[in-house]
Amino acid sequence: MSVWLWIVAVLAALLGLGWAGRALGRLSGRRRFRDMSLAEAFGWALALAALLGAAWLWTRPGAVYFRWALIGFAISAVAAFVFRLLGRHLGPERLRKQFRKMPLTAAFGILVIIIYAVVAIFAGWIAPHGQEAVLGAANVVPGGDPAMGGDPAFPLGTDRIGRDILSRLIYGAQNTVGLAFATTLLAFFLGGTLGLLAAVVGGWLDQLLSRGVDVLMAIPSLIFALLLLTIASVWAEGARGWLTFYMVVIIAVIDSTRVFRLARSVGIGIVVMDYVEAAKLRGEGMGHLVFREILPNAMAPLLAEFGLRFCFVFLTIASLSFLGVGIQPPLADWGTMVRDLAQFINFAAFAPMVALAPLLPALAIALLTVGVNFVVDWMLHRASGLKS
Amino acid sequence: MRWAAAMRGRSSAARRKVKAARLYSYPHIANLKAIKRVRKCTVLARSGHRGVSGGLGSVIRIVLQRLGFGLLTLLIVSMVIFGAVNLLPGDFAQAVLGQSATPEAVAAIRTQLGLDQPLPIRYVAWLRDAARGDLGVSFAQANFASFTGRVDPSATVLAQIAPRFANTMFLAGVTAVIAVPLAVGLGILAALWRDTAFDKGANIATLSSISSPEFFLAYILILLLAVVNPVLPSLSNIFPGMSFGERLERTLLPALTLTLVVTAHMMRMTRAAILNLMAQPYIEMARLKGMRPFRVIWRHALPNALAPIVNVVALNLAYLVTGVVVVEVVFVYPGIGQLFVDSVKLRDIPVVQACCLIFAAAYILLNLTADILSIVSNPRLRHPK
Repeated sequence: MSVWLWIVAVLAALLGLGWAGRALGRLSGRRRFRDMSLAEAFGWALALAALLGAAWLWTRPGAVYFRWALIGFAISAVAAFVFRLLGRHLGPERLRKQFRKMPLTAAFGILVIIIYAVVAIFAGWIAPHGQEAVLGAANVVPGGDPAMGGDPAFPLGTDRIGRDILSRLIYGAQNTVGLAFATTLLAFFLGGTLGLLAAVVGGWLDQLLSRGVDVLMAIPSLIFALLLLTIASVWAEGARGWLTFYMVVIIAVIDSTRVFRLARSVGIGIVVMDYVEAAKLRGEGMGHLVFREILPNAMAPLLAEFGLRFCFVFLTIASLSFLGVGIQPPLADWGTMVRDLAQFINFAAFAPMVALAPLLPALAIALLTVGVNFVVDWMLHRASGLKS
Repeated sequence: MRWAAAMRGRSSAARRKVKAARLYSYPHIANLKAIKRVRKCTVLARSGHRGVSGGLGSVIRIVLQRLGFGLLTLLIVSMVIFGAVNLLPGDFAQAVLGQSATPEAVAAIRTQLGLDQPLPIRYVAWLRDAARGDLGVSFAQANFASFTGRVDPSATVLAQIAPRFANTMFLAGVTAVIAVPLAVGLGILAALWRDTAFDKGANIATLSSISSPEFFLAYILILLLAVVNPVLPSLSNIFPGMSFGERLERTLLPALTLTLVVTAHMMRMTRAAILNLMAQPYIEMARLKGMRPFRVIWRHALPNALAPIVNVVALNLAYLVTGVVVVEVVFVYPGIGQLFVDSVKLRDIPVVQACCLIFAAAYILLNLTADILSIVSNPRLRHPK
C-alpha cells in the first residue's frame, strides 16, 4: 500500500512544483506563463522530473542497458543527421531537393534500409564464417573478452552448437529480409492484379473476389497462417526447404487479401476517369487497361502500401520463425535465432553482454520495421499534402 | 427556427443538400434531432403510422442485419477451417500414428475418429458437436489412448481448452484494464498538445512500439524487470487454486508486454479520432467564444469522440487476439495461444481446428461489436439514404 501512497505523494509534489514554477514565471510578467494552464505546468514539471531521473539513472553502475540505449539513440540520430546533410550537398539536384524538406526520422529510415540492403546483398563477403559452419567452441560469451569467457575471434560469441552469431546475424539479413521481400512481391502481384481486375471488370467477378476476400480477412492472419502451416508441414513431410517455400506462398496469399482491398478501391476511383473511358473506346485490351492506364495512376498509394505490407509480412515471418514453424533451421534467420538464444537472457545479471545475443536479432527486426514505417509515414504525409 | 425560415424558399434538392451539410458539420445537433425523430417515429409507430424512413426500427434492422452477417461469416469461416484441414493429401490416421503403424491400427483410428465418412457429413457432424461444446478428441491423446486401451475423459479437446481459455481471458482482461484508460488518456493528451515535444515524442515511441515484434518487447521487459531487477517472475506458471494476488503477479509481465503493443495502436487511433473532431466548426465556435481548452474537450469533443474511441477499443481488443499467441509462448503462459502453437507443432488437427475456431469467433465478435457500436452512435449511418 505504501507504494501507492508514494506515487500519490510524488504526483502531488510535482503538481505543487508546476504551480510554483508557474507562479514564479508570472512574476516576470511573460505572456507565456500568464496563459499557461495548470495541466501544462504539471506536464513541464513531469518532464523535468523525467529528465532528472534519467540523469540520475545514467550515473548508476547497474543501469548498463539504459546507457547503451541512450548511446544507441544518440548515434542513430547523429548518423541520420549526417546522412541528411550528405544528401543535401551530394548527388543530382533532384535528389538534393528531396533531402531538403526531409524530417530526421525519414532520413534515419532511408539510411537503415540502405544499410540492410547492402548487408543482405553482400552477406557472403561480409560474414566472417558460413551460416551453417559449426566452429570449435560452443556458448562463447559475446564481447570478445577472454576474462569473461569470450573470444576475440567471435565478437558476438557462438550459439549452443558453436555457430558464429555475428555471421548468422549477417546471413539473417539475406534470408529473413529476402524472403519477406519476395513474399511481399508475390502478395502484391496476386492482390494488385486481382484487385485492379475486379475494379475494371466489375459485376460478378468483383462480387466473387470481394466476398472471398471478406471471408479470408475475417480470420486473424497469424492464426490462419498457423493453421495452414500445420497442413503444409504434413504436406512437406519433413522436407524443410519445401516448408519454407509453403510458408512464403501461404503468407503471400493471406496478405494479398489486404492488397486486393486497397488496389480495388483505388482502381474503382480511376476506372471512372475520362482517359480510361477513352482507352476503352479505342478498343484497348484488358492488359493495356490494367497495366498501362490504371496501374501508373494507382502507383503512389500502392507504393506506400508496399512499405507497410512489407513490415507486416516481415513481422509475421519473424513471429512464425520465433514460434518454430517459419523459416527452417539450416538457414540463419532472426526469429529462430531469438528463440534459440533466449536462454542466454537469464545470465544477464552476471555479464550484461550476454543479453545481447538474443536481443540483437530482435533489435535487427525492430530497426528495419521502424525504419520502413518512418519512410512510409513521411511519404504518406507528403502525398496527402497535410501541413498539420 | 431561423433554419426553417432559410429552408422555406428552397427547392427540395437544395434543402436536402443544406440538411446534409448540417448533419456533416454539426453531429451533436444532428444527434438531438435524431433522438427527436426516433421519439416521433415510435409515437407514429404506436398509432399505426408507417412509411417514415429512419428511426429506431431501422437501427434494430441494421444491427440485426450485421449480426446475421456476422453469423454467416462465422459459418463460412468454420467451413474454410474444416475444409482446409480436410483437403490434406494422405490420411490423418497415418499422420497421427506415423509411418511405422500397422494397417489395423490405422483402420481402427479411422473408424474411431469417423474419418471414413464423406466430407459434408463429417462437416455437419463436426459443426453440430462443436455447437454443443464437443470439440472432439485430441489426436495426441487419442494416440496415447490407443496404446493404453482406454480413452481418458480429460482427453477431449474441450477439457484441454476450457481452463486455458479462462487463463487467456484473464490475461486479456488484465491487459485491457491497464491499456484502455492509459491509451485513451495519452491519446487525448497527444491531441490536446499536438505538434509539441510531447506529441512528437509519443509519435516516435508508439511507432517504434508498433514496429517491434512482440517477443522483442517481451524479452526487454524480462531483462529489465525479471533478470536485472528481479521484481516480477519471468515465467508465468499458473495453476488452479492460486490466490488472486499471486495470479495477478505472474500475469503482470505478459500483460505489460501486450499493453505496450496495444496501447501504442489505441493511442494513435484515439489521437486521430479526436483531431478529426477538433477540426469541426462547432469546436472552433466553442473555442472562439472563449471556452477553456479542457472544457472544450470535456463538453464538446469527448461526447462526440466516445463513439470512435469505443470503436478503437473494440478493434484493438480484436488485435489482442493475435498478439496473445506469441506473448504466451514467450512467458510459457498456460493459455490457449500456447496450446495452439504446441498443437501446430504436434499436428494435432482437432485441437488446431478448435483453437482456430475460437480465435476466429472472438475476432469476428469483436469486429462486429466495433461495427455495431459505430452504427448505433452515428446518426449518418443510422439513417441511410
